[in-house]
Amino acid sequence: MARITMREAISQALWEEMERDPSVFILGEEVGVWGGTYAVTKGFYDHFGPERVRDTPIAESGIIGAAIGAALTGLRPVAELMTINFAFSAMDHIVNQAAKLHYMFGGQMVLPLVIRAVGGGGRQLGATHSQTPDAIFAHFPGLKVVAPGTPADAKGLLKSAIRSNDPILFIEHATLYQMRGEVPEGDYTIPIGKSTVQRAGKDVTIVTYSKMLEISLKAAEQLSKEGIEVEIVDLRTLRPLDMDPVLESFKKTNRAVIVEEGWKSYGVGAEIAARIYEEAFDYVDAPIRRVAQKEVPLPYNRTLEQMALPKVEDVVQAVREVLNG
Amino acid sequence: MEKDEYLRMYKEMVIIRRLEERSAELYQQGKIGGFLHLYIGQEAVSTGLISARKPQDRVITAYRDHGVAINCGLSAREVMAELLGKATGCSKGKGGSMHLADVTKNFWGGHAIVGAHLPIATGLALGDAYTGQKNVTICMFGDGATNIGYFHEALNMSKIWNLPVLWVCENNQYGMGTAVERASAVSEIIQKAQAYGMPSRRVDGMDVVAMRQAAEEMIEAIREGAGPMLMEAMTYRFRGHSMGDPERYRKPEEVHRYQENDPIGIFRQYLQENGIATEEALNQLDDEAEAIVEDAVQFAEASPEPQPHELFEHIYVEA
Ligand SMILES: Cc1ncc(C[n+]2csc(CCOP(=O)(O)OP(=O)(O)O)c2C)c(N)n1
Ligand SMILES: [Mg+2]
Repeated sequence: MARITMREAISQALWEEMERDPSVFILGEEVGVWGGTYAVTKGFYDHFGPERVRDTPIAESGIIGAAIGAALTGLRPVAELMTINFAFSAMDHIVNQAAKLHYMFGGQMVLPLVIRAVGGGGRQLGATHSQTPDAIFAHFPGLKVVAPGTPADAKGLLKSAIRSNDPILFIEHATLYQMRGEVPEGDYTIPIGKSTVQRAGKDVTIVTYSKMLEISLKAAEQLSKEGIEVEIVDLRTLRPLDMDPVLESFKKTNRAVIVEEGWKSYGVGAEIAARIYEEAFDYVDAPIRRVAQKEVPLPYNRTLEQMALPKVEDVVQAVREVLNG
Repeated sequence: MEKDEYLRMYKEMVIIRRLEERSAELYQQGKIGGFLHLYIGQEAVSTGLISARKPQDRVITAYRDHGVAINCGLSAREVMAELLGKATGCSKGKGGSMHLADVTKNFWGGHAIVGAHLPIATGLALGDAYTGQKNVTICMFGDGATNIGYFHEALNMSKIWNLPVLWVCENNQYGMGTAVERASAVSEIIQKAQAYGMPSRRVDGMDVVAMRQAAEEMIEAIREGAGPMLMEAMTYRFRGHSMGDPERYRKPEEVHRYQENDPIGIFRQYLQENGIATEEALNQLDDEAEAIVEDAVQFAEASPEPQPHELFEHIYVEA
């Protein structure tokens, strides 16, 4: 195993899939000559050429629409949205087209499409450039939504996504690109739609994903010093949602905290909590807690922005509350 | 134009230049965060353009907005304070570099989603037309923004409703690292205006006097009911797209060639050659501009951070 960054892991997955399958190509703003605004596709343009690493105009709906069309012809486009905030400019093509065509035409149309988009707050980019709108996209049947929290998962899941015949939104987190982790060598995939236990424990179940996995792991370490052992379930895929590891863990701990970066209202935590209440009510020993972003558009000022984002202490406190509840 | 007006414009350009040079330093020191897009090289565009507006004319632009803010009459203090995220900033520290605004000065903001403010400009003009006011909306945007649907929707609507908008494309020849020819089917943005039956004009955006004159003519024609028009200001940004741009997409020689064509240098020469100002007088203005910017930096650094409760303010008008 090699210890590489999330950026390298994603880059490797793209590179290897492009080497493996000539129908895979990349399109997006600044993916080519610039090398990707987050340097994920650095070196791709020189190696694969402008046909397969296509710089586009600033035209998000055009990018996603063209990717859908190309996918319908059997190609495997990986469309990059410079940030997930610009997905709103392509919303119709994502939710009304990509998520619907296969179903609406009775299964005739197949779209092997991946949309990569980076999201997340914490970099003082202001209200329109700092969002974590993952839950919105997970709302739509017909679209799959993947959001890895480790380099190994990122690589394995992205490879699966590229090989999949369904439209998949692959959400990366801007502050995770530098994160290092063990990544298996050679070809491997991780199935889409499978949650996993990232840390074993017996006292409280934390359900989380993406950046908040890192935060939750830190909270777990801190709590462990006090003798509290949390079990962390990483969703990895928001839709289709795999509740099995969550329920299995919960039936053991009887207490849960759900940690997400996005807003609490109508969010991932709301969905998971409801599912636990629906499917494991008899096991509930304490009210389920949610840790999430404060209900404000994110401000530029650093202190205010940090106040609004979920922190390690918030998770620690929520775990204590469910233990006392 | 009166002599004083020339000198005021010159000083404004120097204030913008110094303010941005200082903000680049403050960014390196970690005192400014997020994205910082410098306007250096493009000062003549907004200075000439906005000097031709009346106070009731509205201005709206993209995230490259520091110069536009100064030209609209925001103080260097409140601009610098916003860059530092202070409570005394024009957007109370909540907006940052990309989101300067002061609606009392009819500056309707810097906007960070490419092209998104163009349909809003259509609406600003609609508001004025609806109430019968003879105001003009000046909407500024980059060359890259003319490739997104918003641009086309906005131009088309402004034309069918004959709205008083001056669309101003700042063609600095790149949208991030993508040259105009690589992103746009036509390399002259005025051709896009022609497609919507809109009068248009290409102007030397490095020449503040040319900008001023073209803007005066177009704004007054629009005010008199000529309908929307598009101006394409040919310019160049001397710095990267934003701080930290590796600039792999253009050669240093190309940048140097344009830097020799500095809009402030050109204007200085014009003022001297036409006997409008002496070198000493211009140096004096440089010193004054420098002092204004230094005062702004001190003011911003000494200003308080927003209070924690500010986080929850302005989410809604009504609680
Ligand atoms: C809808 C949208 N897509 C992408 C971006 C990222 N982005 C910010 S500025 C920019 C380039 C814009 O170029 P141009 O319009 O020419 O303006 P300039 O920066 O040259 O002033 C891009 C792609 C964005 N902010 N909004
Ligand atoms: Mg440009």
